[in-house]
Amino acid sequence: MTQISPHAEAALTCTLDERSLYLRRLVLGSVRSAGRGHVGPALSLIEMVRVLYDDVLRIDPNNPRDPARDRAILSKGHGCLALYALLADRGFFPLSELDGFCGPDSILGGHPEYGMVPGVEASTGALGHGLSIGVGLALAARMRERSYRTFVLLGDGEINEGSVWEAAMGAAKHGLDNLVALIDYNKLQSYGPTDYVLPLEPLADKWRSFGFAVQELNGHDVGALRAVLKQVPAVPGKPTAVICHTVKGKGLPAAESNADWHHKNKLTDSELGAIRVAVGDF
Amino acid sequence: MRNTAMNMVHKLATRDERVLYIGSDPGAGTLRAMSKEFPKRHLIEGISEAHIIGMSAGLAMEGFVPYVNTIATFLTRRCYEQVAVDLCLHNLPVRLIANGGGLVYAPLGPTHQAIEDIAIMRALPNMTVVCPCDADEAARLMEQTLDWTGPIYIRLGKGGDAVVSKAEHGFEIGKAILMRPPGDVVMVTTGIMLQRALAAADLLAAQGIRAGILHMHTVKPLDTEALLQSIRGTKLVATLEEHVPSGGLGSAVAEALIDKLGFGLPAMLRLSLPDRFMHNYGSQDSLLKKHGLSAGAIATSIERALAASHTSSPQLHST
Repeated sequence: MTQISPHAEAALTCTLDERSLYLRRLVLGSVRSAGRGHVGPALSLIEMVRVLYDDVLRIDPNNPRDPARDRAILSKGHGCLALYALLADRGFFPLSELDGFCGPDSILGGHPEYGMVPGVEASTGALGHGLSIGVGLALAARMRERSYRTFVLLGDGEINEGSVWEAAMGAAKHGLDNLVALIDYNKLQSYGPTDYVLPLEPLADKWRSFGFAVQELNGHDVGALRAVLKQVPAVPGKPTAVICHTVKGKGLPAAESNADWHHKNKLTDSELGAIRVAVGDF
Repeated sequence: MRNTAMNMVHKLATRDERVLYIGSDPGAGTLRAMSKEFPKRHLIEGISEAHIIGMSAGLAMEGFVPYVNTIATFLTRRCYEQVAVDLCLHNLPVRLIANGGGLVYAPLGPTHQAIEDIAIMRALPNMTVVCPCDADEAARLMEQTLDWTGPIYIRLGKGGDAVVSKAEHGFEIGKAILMRPPGDVVMVTTGIMLQRALAAADLLAAQGIRAGILHMHTVKPLDTEALLQSIRGTKLVATLEEHVPSGGLGSAVAEALIDKLGFGLPAMLRLSLPDRFMHNYGSQDSLLKKHGLSAGAIATSIERALAASHTSSPQLHST
């Protein structure tokens, strides 16, 4: 049995501040409106996305295609509700769009689409694509002598895909220290525990052996995320992997570490009541 | 054809700084001159086609025009989802240069024989599919690839194929070339089937059968207008392809004719490889011959189909 990381224990017990609760209300409001959505994967991701968009990415919501912007790709596209909440909150599109999630005329689908959603760099949803695209973006920056950085958010189930490790080798080959992979390590994929589906440990050693500088932290600890993500590259000349120990469904006691909340259809009245207790009225 | 296409990448790179060559693990010395002149734009990225396609997408998003090159089967089967999602969904100008389209790698067996590549590439929205017939045409095609919107799948032949294309015909992606005027039959070809069609037309002429040839180097977008013009007054439309019967040139032509003509369809003969993997080796030529795609067999099939079209239903199929 793998030893439990202290970061994973901290992720389970840490409390969420008001902004994190607010972002969860936005996510769950979308789920309520649409009657569907990947709840667990979005809730594990919120602090990672929040710190990126609030504190790290050099971006301008009024000029989402600014050539100088940092690039961010949500490779685990099914976590898009977290991304949509941040993009809307930061002004890339009106907050009211969140209510249309998955609707026939909405810009916000169940997976994010480039060209549909301002601020979305690449269409994702099929897993194992984002890191390779990120390698291309980062290599382009190197070749063009541009200073933008590329951040790719990956799921832990997603890194079952062999293409992720092809991309990791490619990133290391080119010494892309302008590339950061953030792994949402919530340890629970669609069917069940990652340890059961396809064990990933020793995960940090894997990334290290593939040529990445590796950082590990509690992925719900906003301060720790800020500290690490503002100090990239972790090692000059190497791409960075930040293993974010998280809790699937974080913030909703019923959903936490519960594979049944990976994707949720209509929320019942009692579930809505429990959500209000957990994150506040919405 | 392959050397020409490769050298054209180098030539284009000298003119345009957006051009990149990205190989997986090509033969030693591939584009050596380019690697020396433009080391940063000559990328060898390993046997990782899925990653290479995604990486090319990222580079294309930043304004580069990557020319990705490996064996056709690996560039299609191995990384189909990346081609579909990363290239086609984003409609990015990545050029897939597929070595050994069709049965070029006959001796290497079914893992290396690209017999369904046209079908699966053609099925993808935004994809352009081009099969040049010889080195000269490959060069003319490559000239046009710099500024074409969206991804292009370029199916290359073996190399050393007889040069039959003509400069005076010009070349435009999506515009078929009428190589011989339509007569009793019009043969619609793509790739290196043009050479066989020309030889078959000579054999048919000796039998008093006038055979036209429409070279459909671009299978997608299909030049429907040229197709409709070429079949006027003919008794038979024969498609020739080094490909399984499903989804390739014959399918594309049949679909176009159904869409445009409805009930007034001409008699049609689809000559192709069978719907199975090849378990024989030998050479491209020997396998084509085995499956009825030598010039003589093509001529015979057409003669029979023309004879049958006089007496039976207007729609005919090869088996």
